[in-house]
Amino acid sequence: MKKSVFLGTLAVTGLAAGFAAADAHSGGTLGEVQARGALNCGVTTGLVGFAAPDANGEWQGFDVDVCRAVAAAVLDDPSAVNFVPTTGQTRFTALASGEIDLLARNTTWTFSRDVDLRFEFVGINYYDGQGFMVPRDLGVASALELDGATVCIQTGTTTELNLADFFSSNNMSYEPVPVETNAEAQQQYLAGACDVYTTDASGLAATRATFEDPAAHVVLPEIISKEPLGPLVRHGDNEWGDIARWTLNALIAAEELGVTSANVAELAGGTENPEINRLLGTEGALGEMLGLDNDWAQRAIAAVGNYGESFERNIGENSAIGLSRGLNAQWTDGGLLYAPPFR
Amino acid sequence: MTIQVIALILIMGGIYWLARNTVQNLSELGKDFDFGFLSQRAGYDINQRLVEYTNDSTHARAALVGILNTLLVAFLGCLMATILGVIAGVLRLSKNWIVGRLMTVYVEGFRNVPLLLWIIAIFAVMTEATPQPRDFRGDDPDASMILGESVAITNRGIFIPSPVWGDGAMLLVLTFVASLVAIFLFRRFAHKRQEATGEILPVLWVSLGLFIVPTLLVYLAYSATGARDQFPVLAVGAQQGMTLEEFTDENRNPAICALPRTAAVNLSTDLRAIGERASIVPVETSADLQSNIESGECVLAVISPEAGETLVAGVEGVALAPLEDTVDRGRPLQFERPQLAGFNFEGGLQLRNSLIALWFALSLYTGAFIAEIVRAGILAVSHGQTEAAGALGMRSNRIMNLVVLPQALRVIIPPLISQYLNLTKNSSLAIAVGYMDVRATLGGITINQTGRELEGMLLLGLFYLITSLAIAGVMNIYNASVKLKER
Repeated sequence: MKKSVFLGTLAVTGLAAGFAAADAHSGGTLGEVQARGALNCGVTTGLVGFAAPDANGEWQGFDVDVCRAVAAAVLDDPSAVNFVPTTGQTRFTALASGEIDLLARNTTWTFSRDVDLRFEFVGINYYDGQGFMVPRDLGVASALELDGATVCIQTGTTTELNLADFFSSNNMSYEPVPVETNAEAQQQYLAGACDVYTTDASGLAATRATFEDPAAHVVLPEIISKEPLGPLVRHGDNEWGDIARWTLNALIAAEELGVTSANVAELAGGTENPEINRLLGTEGALGEMLGLDNDWAQRAIAAVGNYGESFERNIGENSAIGLSRGLNAQWTDGGLLYAPPFR
Repeated sequence: MTIQVIALILIMGGIYWLARNTVQNLSELGKDFDFGFLSQRAGYDINQRLVEYTNDSTHARAALVGILNTLLVAFLGCLMATILGVIAGVLRLSKNWIVGRLMTVYVEGFRNVPLLLWIIAIFAVMTEATPQPRDFRGDDPDASMILGESVAITNRGIFIPSPVWGDGAMLLVLTFVASLVAIFLFRRFAHKRQEATGEILPVLWVSLGLFIVPTLLVYLAYSATGARDQFPVLAVGAQQGMTLEEFTDENRNPAICALPRTAAVNLSTDLRAIGERASIVPVETSADLQSNIESGECVLAVISPEAGETLVAGVEGVALAPLEDTVDRGRPLQFERPQLAGFNFEGGLQLRNSLIALWFALSLYTGAFIAEIVRAGILAVSHGQTEAAGALGMRSNRIMNLVVLPQALRVIIPPLISQYLNLTKNSSLAIAVGYMDVRATLGGITINQTGRELEGMLLLGLFYLITSLAIAGVMNIYNASVKLKER
């Protein structure tokens, strides 16, 4: 008797919970984010320069800025972001299940992720490639000398597959040591449990910057893959995808047009350049077409600065990470950044 | 009754709703339900492989590698937990105060601290407190191998010698199997004789003798006759009188084909001593060897002198000449010891830190529970039984073996089954130390690379379910054989 009452209650509870959960799925991501008043943004578990909490517990970094820019555009508040730390293995499940609205976690844009995993990459915020880091006293000068080495590798990443391809195509063998997070890899690498750490070259630079003696480690010259990193959203909600895509484009275009966080308020008063006017909402109604108001890009730029400002602040040559712009310069400077026109 | 029916209907409704919800949500996400990913190329590497696997293998194969790794750690864990548990359980009842208290500390310490902490703690000790392979290098190294240069403890795992079968291995195995049969027959004979006459034969000593002596004799005889035979090393494109070192200066890291396999291992040991890394291409027959040489699969060959002459004469397309150096033919069974080569130790068997941490932690943790089960089982046998056996004049070890343990087993086995099941399922905590079990391959990387969460998790659940049911089934059969026979 008691058992049936218990089971009956369980069943009813289950049904009720199920219907409640089903309700939340109606309405687009934009509506959900606005109703919640906060953006759920997936980031790494900690990679200095890209996404890591600072001494005050505030998330800082290049990928974090994308989250903050979207939050500023949508909610008028760059701090209205719930940062959800994800590992290489959990990130896609978190996005597909709706736990996060946007994934900005140095994730490589690949065909199968875009098409088969049903995601929508909204652009590229960092053009990267996979590299190798070794201790200097190992005396290795090239990745082709790594036959028989033990390699620390984050599981569930494209780098894992590139590594396998690189070693088998060069007819070399290696011993993989699978790790979950960058912090774990760093600990294993410094303990000498692996000879080599491999991940995106930007990640290697960021990791090395946190070492006690960065000069004792070298990043080998070989870049063995293309790793276009960018933010992504779920497939199917095109309105939300457009917001994320054009917020990123707005930051890139802002740098090209000379709009910075310092002068955005002044330029928003109206300029001679119609493209700046359209970007900042003084002319036309681009924001309304996105389902936001016309000041959306202005808010995003004011919150995190343009692409170049964000780059310099977090990972640029004057920061601890010390990455040069390289491929990530504007097309006008010989780089690959090329935002489509705002019109 | 009415309420039961209503509850049943509600539960069925709940299950139906869950299934429908899943299907609907999957179709909303645009995902189908398909196990086709299992036959696609996996593309990733796995460090610990009990079966052949490369990154060209399928996801199904990767899952199999993971399953075998799970079963390996579960088997090793159950074995060691049982040994630890029985010893600790018996010793906790010891009349010796220090021994009893020590076991209490062990049981309470491991039982009351979460397993995950033990796994991580052992892994951290293994990684941080042990030397790196390159510390073993140089004239005055910081670290050195132990047990006669045969075992290396490093922060990448423990390297131990691995067995290699050579010529005459078959005879050795046959002798060993024959000894096992002889032991079995002798024990039956001794048992019958004891029943009939009451005379007790020295079963243990005779069994032990049968176990070791014949196999050892065959091994020694075989080793004495041919192990020191020198086999020529034939090299592709070598000049007469060239040494191995001169040859490898031109051919770095050569591939070896050899018959028997022990000769290949001896050659690779010689090569590592001069700083070369060699790969061994497995061959079964001399025809195999010849075709591998001709196709360029291997540049070094080792074979008996007579067959070597035929090979040099018969091989087509490549020039084959013997080098100055020769190698030992090898014993029927010999152990290949790990040697420092390149970045790491090579040869021998590598017990990775992840395996050791997981294995030891699972064993120590579950062992503490088994100790309590054993203690409870022994205490469940009335003290009167021990006293009665003592009154019959039995010695205390016979009382334990013949009177107490058989009765205690009836109490011990059923809870022991659950401990084995716990250990097997807890092995999925491998995630904490990067041990490549089935959760890491099928349930981790494969799911991540293919996006088949639902299918992967269902397969994973199914595997653990089947494994647990199989363990429980086998243990239930054993339980039926030791439980009280009622007539």
